Amino acid sequence: MSLFYAFLAIIRRDLLLAVRRRSEIANPLLFFILVITLFPLGIGAQPHLLQAIAPGIIWVSALLAAMLSLDSLFRSDFDDGSLEQILLSPYPASVLVLAKIIAHWLVTGLPLLIVAPLLAVFLGMPTQSIGVLLLTLLLGTPVLSLIGAIGVALTVGLRRGGMILSLLVLPLYVPVLIFAGNAVEMAGSGLPVDAQINILISILCLSLVLAPWPTAAALKMSVN
Amino acid sequence: MFLIPNAVVRFFHRMASPPHFYAFTDKVMPWLIISFVLLTGFGLYGGLYLAPSDYQQGDSYRIIYIHVPSAWMSLFIYMVMAISGAIGLVWRIKLAEIVAISSAPIGASFTFIALFTGSLWGKPMWGTWWVWDARLTSELILLFLYLGVIGLYGAIDDKRVASKAIAILALVGVVNIPIIHYSVEWWNTLHQGPTVTKMDKPSIHVSMLIPLLLMALSFKFYYLIALIQRIRIELLQRERNAQWVKAKVLELRL
Repeated sequence: MSLFYAFLAIIRRDLLLAVRRRSEIANPLLFFILVITLFPLGIGAQPHLLQAIAPGIIWVSALLAAMLSLDSLFRSDFDDGSLEQILLSPYPASVLVLAKIIAHWLVTGLPLLIVAPLLAVFLGMPTQSIGVLLLTLLLGTPVLSLIGAIGVALTVGLRRGGMILSLLVLPLYVPVLIFAGNAVEMAGSGLPVDAQINILISILCLSLVLAPWPTAAALKMSVN
Repeated sequence: MFLIPNAVVRFFHRMASPPHFYAFTDKVMPWLIISFVLLTGFGLYGGLYLAPSDYQQGDSYRIIYIHVPSAWMSLFIYMVMAISGAIGLVWRIKLAEIVAISSAPIGASFTFIALFTGSLWGKPMWGTWWVWDARLTSELILLFLYLGVIGLYGAIDDKRVASKAIAILALVGVVNIPIIHYSVEWWNTLHQGPTVTKMDKPSIHVSMLIPLLLMALSFKFYYLIALIQRIRIELLQRERNAQWVKAKVLELRL
């Protein structure tokens, strides 16, 4: 069995598990929609105000939804012991961990992209920035999963890991939030956003390469 | 390794052993305290008394003698924490792990002092306690990173495991700090343009600079003193079943 096959097998297994337990897909998505619905209720329904802060609202909500969904990344595998099996396998743990992160993103990150245009319309976002919003979500949410995986791997062995996880992960999310939110805002005023998109791509590449290592190391530490 | 003189290697090797470290710190501590007191005395005298007032800011600029060294220390200590954490991860040196976790609260305090004194200075100078300036924001995020390290260490019961966990977290933080810093700078310049914080860089006068450097050095000594005290307590707690701790306790009881 080659490494690539093992990689695909883990993605397939996690996707299958997610399909069997659909609430895992639905929960972060519903949370995302609910939080965005709460903003107009909280600050009043002036269209100008909402339009001005729409990129920020959508991105902060995506950040929170991504963070909330992180717990399911390793939790069930940790509880039933399959995480140990994955780490004991002859393949490099970082590659298998990357497979788990990708599967997790497909289940929790990708659905956000599908509802985001609808929510953007709700908030009165200009049409030209919806495409950029989708692009930033496409580039940014995998980074959230990759960085978040480090945090979950560090806290998966703890009983009360939830609060501490947000403290570990949210400061590290700052660059993604800044560049993505800014790109959407610039696109709204018709300005070029190449620089922000390029930086998001480079952050994505960097975290794709670097994040699986500390995640694997932290998992090994949490498991024993 | 062959580039380093043998005596240095032996010194570090001995320092990695808790009883030796404990005995060694007994000897150096008075010297550290004397140097700290002298440096702080000269630094404060030079900064608060000898240095002239600023032609624009009057006397309120003098807060830099606390503020700037604290801000320097906040980054310096994070680097120390990450490097010693990495040493602990790679070579499993207990003392390096202890240095990493003992540094975290000190670094967090310096970060807090830098933020606090900055806002005290900001009120009369900028007319507001807080602005979302790039430096302030990245310093605030640094404080959150420190608090994350402290919180994670407290949440894990097995302290050997906790030390590994914070080492990994500190290393991830080190990769991220420059990215966070530049992103915040970018965000700031795009959102606000030139702000009130835009001071044209004044070339600092020598009579102001020397006390500042003295204070910076004295803060380094303070860090060493506080770090050593924390390490000693942590060592006694972790090694409470070891023979040398028992001998130490019996010796003190006499």
